Formats: sequence, structure tokens, C-alpha cells
Amino acid sequence: MADSKTTGTRPGGKRKAAAAPVKASVEDLQQYYRDMLLIRRFEEKAGQMYGMGLIGGFCHLYIGQEAVVVGVQAAMGPKDTVLTSYRDHAHMLACGMDPKGVMAELTGRAGGYSKGKGGSMHMFSHEKRFYGGHGIVGAQVPLGTGLAFAHRYLKEEAVSVTYLGDGALNQGQVYESFNMAALWSLPAVYVIENNKYGMGTSIERSSAKSTELYHRGQAYGIPGVQVDGMDVLAVREAAEKALAHARAGKGPYIIEMLTYRYRGHSMSDPAKYRSKEEVQKVRQERDPIERLRGIMVERGVMDEAKLKEIDKDVKAIVSEAADFAQASPEPDGAELYTDVYVSA
Amino acid sequence: MPIDVLMPALSPTMTEGKLAKWLKQEGDEVTAGDVLAEIETDKATMEVEAVDEGVLGKILVPEGTDAVPVNQVIAVLLEDGEDASAISAKPQAKPQAKQPEAPQPEAKPTEPATGAVAPPPKEASPEAEPEWTGATVKQTVREALRDAMAEEMRNDERVFLMGEEVAEYQGAYKVSQGLLDEFGARRVVDTPITEHGFAGLGVGAAMYGLRPIVEFMTFNFAMQAIDHIINSAAKTHYMSGGQISSPIVFRGPNGAAARVAAQHSQCYASWYAHVPGLKVVAPYSAADAKGLLKSAIRDDGPVIFLENEILYGQSFEVPDSKDWVVPIGKARIARPGKDVTITAFSIMVGKALEAAEKLAAEGIDAEVIDLRSLRPLDTETIIASVKKTNRLVTCEEGWGYAGIGSEVAAVVMEQAFDWLDAPVKRVCGVDVPMPYAANLEALALPQSDSIVAGAKEVCYRG
Repeated sequence: MADSKTTGTRPGGKRKAAAAPVKASVEDLQQYYRDMLLIRRFEEKAGQMYGMGLIGGFCHLYIGQEAVVVGVQAAMGPKDTVLTSYRDHAHMLACGMDPKGVMAELTGRAGGYSKGKGGSMHMFSHEKRFYGGHGIVGAQVPLGTGLAFAHRYLKEEAVSVTYLGDGALNQGQVYESFNMAALWSLPAVYVIENNKYGMGTSIERSSAKSTELYHRGQAYGIPGVQVDGMDVLAVREAAEKALAHARAGKGPYIIEMLTYRYRGHSMSDPAKYRSKEEVQKVRQERDPIERLRGIMVERGVMDEAKLKEIDKDVKAIVSEAADFAQASPEPDGAELYTDVYVSA
Repeated sequence: MPIDVLMPALSPTMTEGKLAKWLKQEGDEVTAGDVLAEIETDKATMEVEAVDEGVLGKILVPEGTDAVPVNQVIAVLLEDGEDASAISAKPQAKPQAKQPEAPQPEAKPTEPATGAVAPPPKEASPEAEPEWTGATVKQTVREALRDAMAEEMRNDERVFLMGEEVAEYQGAYKVSQGLLDEFGARRVVDTPITEHGFAGLGVGAAMYGLRPIVEFMTFNFAMQAIDHIINSAAKTHYMSGGQISSPIVFRGPNGAAARVAAQHSQCYASWYAHVPGLKVVAPYSAADAKGLLKSAIRDDGPVIFLENEILYGQSFEVPDSKDWVVPIGKARIARPGKDVTITAFSIMVGKALEAAEKLAAEGIDAEVIDLRSLRPLDTETIIASVKKTNRLVTCEEGWGYAGIGSEVAAVVMEQAFDWLDAPVKRVCGVDVPMPYAANLEALALPQSDSIVAGAKEVCYRG
């Protein structure tokens, strides 16, 4: 596993971690704990419901990667937009979308964000600035670059954040997007969720220079950093720098997050391409939620009672979402024919 | 309340599996994320993780049991403070199952017993544009297209044009001549030669609310971008339950030019017309090019606008008005007649009109329909015409296999079978990649004589 260090912002640079701890109030830390735990419990519940046959087709879980989306979201501005691939439940929760609406879309019900017509990979919310949910690997990258183009065109104070995996990073359309983003100085931040595996293929087997994915924008002059994606504060700090760079009109920025998914690529993946020991080691030594608890203890702000309260709250929210997702009816048969074209 | 642990389905098709091994024993503490057991299917061995927390109270299915059905209770977790006696007190839990579909047909007696839902009645084709009686100006197709874009860009700040050479080069085919001067580089954008990337960028901008016109130098190059046209633009309104739309126009020359051979001459009409979620138009005249492009830009969804390089330089009378709009979904009778219906689109309309003149000299009065829209197809106009003439020849430049003519023929067979006095004749490009040699290219493409021959065939005339 590559040494994960928070790096500087020198283009293509890699420096040792800064000595000063990242500033965060107790409330912030507790919020990040809550946000990560909500994702963790939601995803576990979704996995369970999939096993019960209540969710079908594709279901890609984010368990283990929570610090990435929570850290980035904590750095974002109110008008900034987000989009990602199919491993998108966490991003929706982080954007503030309703867990009931997300879970009900997973169960294919009328109460789902897309009225049950999209499923796990196809949910959106203009209001919460979330633009999908995309099923074709890499497709979100030109789309996210288009969102950045729109922000620039409309002279908005907004940055487009596009998440992509280490597997998607090899798609040609990613480099076409990097080229245009750099050429036109678009306000685009690309967050590479490097969990070391593109489905069943490790980055060592699929990607040249796999230890330096943050360099992939070098050909276009795009600065890149590599960050310990299991440390929510390191993530937030890197995201703040990247967003500031893009917001100031300096063009795109790449952040490579070193992270890990505990489950397989999707619910149908037995994940035989890695050892149980490897997964266990990350779980025991680098779990992002445990890491945050450790930080709270280190800083002398651990409040076990408060965290227990958060645990209970989150459990109730997820339970409510699961109940809603089962009680909501399937869409009316007539919905088969609606929304093909925009109605007048 | 004790919690049932159920046998999970570990793949979409799994119905049962072997409970190979328990990794926790009765009495063990369980936290969320702990591995409880290993399940074997014919494909793989997978682990069951606990979602809930508690103490493993009772194992109901011993290690090594085969053929355990999905959703069977395999163990019971005790929550804080409970002991094993709580388990026998618990009512038998029923496995949660997908909501049954059976009740629906009873609740809706108008639906057929299979539970199928009939499609809504087909929308009537729109009103035709009014007959223009005002002043006209003689314009080439390229000038008419440029005016359409300029007028819409003046009208709506959100409309912008992007593509290769559209700005400083004034357009590879000079369609966008003058637009950079009037609107500037923000709204007329030269792209690198990266169709996949810039088509996706355009769709992303459209999802946010801009109204891009994406020019492909030819539709041959749009094959690089087709994932974004279909999967990102066409399907997203549906997949999002109506939340997201892509008001984007993809335009450029389609079909054969002259001597540019196989990779540069394909007609994509039938590929795009195949997809629900897209609208596809293919104008012939300059008036229709202008009116339809304005409609396409104003449309709130993705529109494929198929032009023709050879038609760019052809002149027609165009209504001298910035409000001239032609509705999408309406065909036009280019030449009324009573003996045979000839449908055509784009450059083939010109050849069909030529053919009609030749047929008239031989006493066959042909009705030529300029389809203008391929999706939605104006089936009303086609059916009304066939009911009048009883004979149909469909024309297209592209290959006949699964082409536009096949769709028209199927529709006419379904809706006007008893009115046909002869089988439908498809006149199309020869089923070969486009050759380079001038004589072979001429043989590969349908000419007006091919249409004349087809019409005579359906009229049973020699």
C-alpha cells in the first residue's frame, strides 16, 4: 500500500504532511462522525435489503470510503455542484438528499427520487446540487466538466466537483475532459477515489504509474495531490485548497484520495481478487470512523454520550428509510410511458 | 425484541446456498460489520456481515447445511438485556418478500389479465406550420441554418454553439460564418478534436440549464460520442423520473458527400431514430432547415439534426421572418398526387421530386412526402396518403437493413394493410460500405431513376 501522506499543492508535487493539525471544532468533528456513520449504516442496511431480495440489479456500496465524500462535502460552497459514478448513495446522503427517497429508489418504489424508474445509479437533485448517479464508467467526467463550463458561462461563484474511481481514470474521455478543463480554465475539481481496484482488477494490473495517479493531469498542467482518504480532516483540508484554486479562476485541480472499499465492487462480486486478511487489516488499522474517534480522543474532545446519541439517531434514520422504502408502493403501470420526452 | 438473521441472496439470481461455516458461536457479542458466517453458492463463497448488534442468541441452521433457501431464518440475535427465553416467546418471523404484483389486475378491471398496461393513445401529429404568404428571401441551406442559430442566440442567452472549427474558421462548411463576430468566443466555442469529451461536456451543460448546439463535423465522427448522446442525453429524463432534461441539439452533415468513401459517408438516421428519448429531424429545403433548427433549439430535450453537405449550397425561397418555425413531428406533402406515394427525407426529397417529373411524363401521378421528422414520424400523413394512392415507395440514402423504410413499411402494413394494392418498395443505398471510385459510388447510391423504377414496380407497370 503506498505511503499515504497529505501532500502540497505544487503541480505534480508530493511533500510530507504538514505538522499543524487541521482546525475543526467539536461540533464539526461530531458532524463528520454523524455524516460518516449515516453513510456506513445506510449502506449496510442496503446490503442487507439486497440480500433479502428487496433491492435488485446493481448495488455498489461505499463502506470504507466514507471519509472521502464527507471531507470534500465539508469544504464545499453552497452553489457548488457534485456528480459521481454508480457508487453514489454516499454522495447523495452527503449532499443532504433524503435517505427515505434514496432507499425507496433502491427498492424501485414510487417514493424514490426517480419514481422508481432509475434505480441505484440514476438519482438526481437540482435542489441539493447533485447531478447523478451515472452508470457508464467515466461518463460523469465530461458531464462534470460541462457543469464547470456552465458555471463559468453563467459567471457563477460555483465549482463543479466530479468524483471518479481509479478504474474510470483510464477512460479516454477523462483526458479529453482534463484537456478542455485546463485549456479553458474551468472551475472543476476532480476527486479520484482510489480504492485500488477497478472492479476485480488491481491498479497495479490496469494502470501505468499506479502509485502516482494524482500526476495524471500533468500533461495538461493540472496540479494534483495525493491524500490519505481515510482521514476526514486531511480530505477536507485538501478539498479546501482545491476548491479555492478552482474558484479563483486558476482552472482545474486533481485530488487523489487513497481509500478502500470493504465490500466487493457490487453486491454480486465475491471479491476473490483480494485476501480477507487485506480487508481485515484496513478495517482494523485504517477505518475512517474509528480514525475520527481517535482524533476526538487525541484532542480531548471525545464525548461518548454524545456519540451514542448520534448512533441512536442514525439508526433511527436508517430504520425509517428502510421502512419507507418497503411501504412505498411500486410505481403505477402508467409510469412506464411517462418522462420519455419533456412534457409541454 | 430478538432480531432474525436471514439467509441472504448473494447475487441477483441466487435462490439457495450452503451455510458452510459459522464464524461466531452462540453467546458471542456481535457488532455491525462483524462477519457471522460463510455461505457457499455454486459460484463463490461469500461472507455474511451483521447489520444489527447484539449477542448471537441461537443458531438455527447448523454448519454444513446445504440448500438453505434465501430468507430462511438462520440465527437469532438478542438485544441488550434479553436472554434465550426471549426467542421462544417471539412469533415466527415471516421472510420479507418483494411486494406481490398479483392484486393489481383485480384492482384495475380494464387491464388485461397478464397485468400489462396499454400504452397511452398516440399523440396526434402537431399542426403544420401555416402556409407562408409573406415576403421570402432566396437563401442557401447553409445561410438558413446560420440565420436560425443567430436568431435563437439573440433571443436566448443560454444558447451557444460548440464544435470543431465553428468559430475562427467560420465553420468547416461555413454554416457558422459570422457568428463569432456577432456573439464572441464565450458563445461560439472552438473545441479540440475530442467528440466524446465535448459531447459529454455539452450534455453536462444542458443538464444544468444551458442550451448547447453541438456541431459534429459529420455524423460519422459522432460515433465517438454516441454514449453521451444516447446514455447521457436521451435516457436521463426518463431515468430521473422527469427531474433532469437535456435541451441540446446535435447537428451536422449526415450521409454521403462526394467521393469521401466508406468511413465518411454513413447515414445515421435509423440508428438515432431507434431511440426513445431522442427527436430526429432531417430537413430538405432551406425553409425547413431554418424552421426546424429553430424548433430543435427551442425543444427542451435532445434533438438530432441531420443535415446534408451537398444540400448546403442549394438555394430555396425562405420566409423572411425571424418567427418562422416548423414543428417537429410533421411531414410535408412536397408534391400532391394520386397514383403512388413516395416518402423521402433530406437529399432524397430532391431526387424524389425529379422522379415524380419523370413519372408524370409516363402518366403516373406521384405524391411525394418530405418526412422532415424521423422521430416522431408523422404516420398520420403517410397513412392518409397511402389510403389515397394504395401504393408506397420509401426512399433513403442509407442502407435498407433496419432502415427508415423498414419502419415506414411496418407501420403502413399495421395500419393500412387493406389499402395496399402492392407490397411496399424500399429504395435505399446498396448494402455495401461506400466505395471511392466515382462510378461505384454512383452505383451505390439511389438516384431518381431508382425511384422511378421502384414506383413503376409498385404500379405493376413495365
